[in-house]
Amino acid sequence: MSVTTMTPDLHQAQGLEVTDNPGPAPKRIVTGYGFWIFILSDMVMFSCFFAAFAVLSGETAGGPHGAELFNLKNVAIETGCLLLSSFTCGMASIAADLRNRFWFQVAMAVTCALGLAFLWIEFHEFADLVARGAGPSRSAFLSAFFTLVGCHGLHVSAGVLWLLTMMAQVFAKGFRADIQRRILCFALFWHALDIIWVAVFSVVYLLGSGA
Amino acid sequence: MLGKLTWAAIPFDQPIPLLAGAVVLVAILAVLVWVVVKGHLPYLWHEWITSVDHKRIGVMYVLLASVMLLRGFSDALMMRAQQAVAFHSPGFLPPEHYNQIFSAHGTIMIFFVAMPFVIGLMNLVVPLQLGVRDVAFPTLNSVGFWLTATGALLVNVSLVVGEFARTGWLPYPPLSEMTYSPGVGVDYYLWSLEISGVGTLVAGVNLVTTVLKIRTKGMNYLRMPMFCWTTLASNLLIIAAFPILTATLAMLILDRYLGFHFFTNEAGGNMMMFMNLIWAWGHPEVYILVLPAFGIFSEVVSTFSGKPLFGYRSMVLATMAICILSFMVWLHHFFTMGAGADVNAIFGIASMIIAVPTGVKIYNWLFTMYGGRIRFDTPMLWSIGFMVTFILGGLTGVLLAVPPADFLLHNSLFLIAHFHNVIIGGVLFGAFAGYTYWFPKAFGFKLHEGLGKAAFWFWLVGFYVAFFPLYAVGFLGMTRRMQHYDVPEWRPWLMAASVGAVLILIGIIFQIAQLVVSIRDREELRDHTGDPWDGRSLEWATSSPPPVFNFAVLPDVSGEDAYWAQKVRAKQEASAEEPHYEAIEMPRNSPTGFVCAFFATITGFALIWHIWWMVIAGLIGAFATFVVFAWRDHDEYEIPAEEVARIDQANISERRDMISAAGSV
Repeated sequence: MSVTTMTPDLHQAQGLEVTDNPGPAPKRIVTGYGFWIFILSDMVMFSCFFAAFAVLSGETAGGPHGAELFNLKNVAIETGCLLLSSFTCGMASIAADLRNRFWFQVAMAVTCALGLAFLWIEFHEFADLVARGAGPSRSAFLSAFFTLVGCHGLHVSAGVLWLLTMMAQVFAKGFRADIQRRILCFALFWHALDIIWVAVFSVVYLLGSGA
Repeated sequence: MLGKLTWAAIPFDQPIPLLAGAVVLVAILAVLVWVVVKGHLPYLWHEWITSVDHKRIGVMYVLLASVMLLRGFSDALMMRAQQAVAFHSPGFLPPEHYNQIFSAHGTIMIFFVAMPFVIGLMNLVVPLQLGVRDVAFPTLNSVGFWLTATGALLVNVSLVVGEFARTGWLPYPPLSEMTYSPGVGVDYYLWSLEISGVGTLVAGVNLVTTVLKIRTKGMNYLRMPMFCWTTLASNLLIIAAFPILTATLAMLILDRYLGFHFFTNEAGGNMMMFMNLIWAWGHPEVYILVLPAFGIFSEVVSTFSGKPLFGYRSMVLATMAICILSFMVWLHHFFTMGAGADVNAIFGIASMIIAVPTGVKIYNWLFTMYGGRIRFDTPMLWSIGFMVTFILGGLTGVLLAVPPADFLLHNSLFLIAHFHNVIIGGVLFGAFAGYTYWFPKAFGFKLHEGLGKAAFWFWLVGFYVAFFPLYAVGFLGMTRRMQHYDVPEWRPWLMAASVGAVLILIGIIFQIAQLVVSIRDREELRDHTGDPWDGRSLEWATSSPPPVFNFAVLPDVSGEDAYWAQKVRAKQEASAEEPHYEAIEMPRNSPTGFVCAFFATITGFALIWHIWWMVIAGLIGAFATFVVFAWRDHDEYEIPAEEVARIDQANISERRDMISAAGSV
């Protein structure tokens, strides 16, 4: 008995148009798709921290409000760094598609530098807040603030680590098919962090400074 | 150097956990010594521990669940025994130990029995039913399994090193905050669930991608077996719900470790936020568990009735409706906590609406059986037992969904009876049906029928005797988690419940005996054709156990019940043309999952005991593992076409014999 031979589709016989599933998708599609789903789950996690922030943003327990703490000039520079790094990350993806090692490494290095600049500014913001007695244990508002912004910062740190690993992989192994797929996932991750930052910027800093 | 860890962490003054721990330790050591002395270690390492084969990973998931079921059930026996004797007396379990037992029982049964059992069955069966060779991410799959095992290991370590949480299976703040639970118990809970939660998420991403992107030619969505649909729904829920659990537990961790104020009484913390967040995960979790069980019953009822599933499309619709509705009812877990009448009414009605798609499913199963030639093999017994039991559990659930009734019944043993009624009668019966049904597919021989039936009857009767008295004693006002009591009216019911627990114990003993006897008599129980139950979906189209590549030639599907259609055709056309074999590429085995889990265990243990240098070492190790994995040059190997042909021809000739034998009858 063979499993390959098949009689014509019943629906086709009835003249109904049914596009049959063509079979398992190629690896690049599968990997990208799976990573999109992972990003979706990451967004759900962030949405919990956003929800917690929304619930607790007024709970300052007699401590400082956001308007007294946030320095919008710094935040604007942070945002600039991150959005620019998304552009250079896009450049790295194009270089990877063209299999151009030199420009890939250059674009990734710039992305890394911008990511590190972002982290440096954020670290100083945090250190400054703690020094002013506005650390995360001061009030529920500050707990939620440090957790939401810090979680994004942790993601960027992990992204930088991943970025360096990808640079090393391309340096050592070149643009192998599996490395190309990983570059695709990395780019998705980096751009997703930008989207989350835009939400952090609006919800935490802009709304928080206005209040 | 070792953080909070000192010799005082070992409970030398408590004989029960110490003895239990010692017995387990001796058993593990004995097994290890046996494995090493017999020279099985290389086989275990190469064929199982490092395996990325979805079938083997599925089997290991189920094995983990079975072992943990014994642990969770021992806790249950102790609780039943305690409540049977603790009338006007302190019983034999001191309160702090009793509290750890009910917390561990719930945690283990949900996270390390029910979850790995259903994820294991999905792993084993879904790629076979979709007619493909593997899941989307084989190595990640192994990582997911081993991280789950890490969580289970940490929970069990807490038995002898330190303590487990005393806060119940969901650690409600402020009780779970540092102020009221200063020990390591809650930390064991938090870190083991954070780690195994990552494993579950990985499994969810993997299975969703598999169902949506890796199906054989012609396997359109509306031709997928029902179990694939419920797998899809359940794993979509995992992706949407488990990050909530991760985030919520992370907030509690920050409260406990760094003095944050998410859920504390002071500084503006809001403990109700914990209730909302944890149940926004917790209610979908119920359906994450029960939807795959519904899928299993659909397969079993259809196969053993010899009919296609009645109302296939309505079943798909009902499944997806439950998938969405499950996110809209979380508040019914805390009606009494001040939401107000309007909010309670909305959530009460939403909860009752879930009974509609579930009712659709029950009727579909009944109509599938109607007019069928029903065979009462063990999987079918579990399914019928489920239908009766689950309807009763569902009805008490609808009762609890009425807010005024809930105000009387909440936190009582009525609630305990209700959720055991649906989780044992739904999830566990489903898991056992699936275990018996797919065991021959996984191992190549059937399980002993007689012992299986005995186990079923003891479980079924034991369940009713153990849990229906709890409904009554709940009506009599007994609240949950009582270490001792002095109301004489409760006592007879609790004595009856403990008899039920003993009956279930006998059921479990029969299950163990069934496994042992079946392995001993495996030659007589051998499944030669790969289709022991006259099945309908594609997992029965390949040999038992399937070759590593599942299908020599990927099947081409043209309708529902793909394998049934093949069999019908094969009887009409005496011989089909020879298949054309090609070389097959399969992913190479990898120790990534095991090594990664090793470092996760170290990191988790170090975090629980505040051993910071070890945390850093564990994290560096985990990162290094991934870099080494990324550096591999050859992640696939090729099985030559002749080898594929040889394996496939052997199975085809067995099947020809079966068909001609069936034709001559």
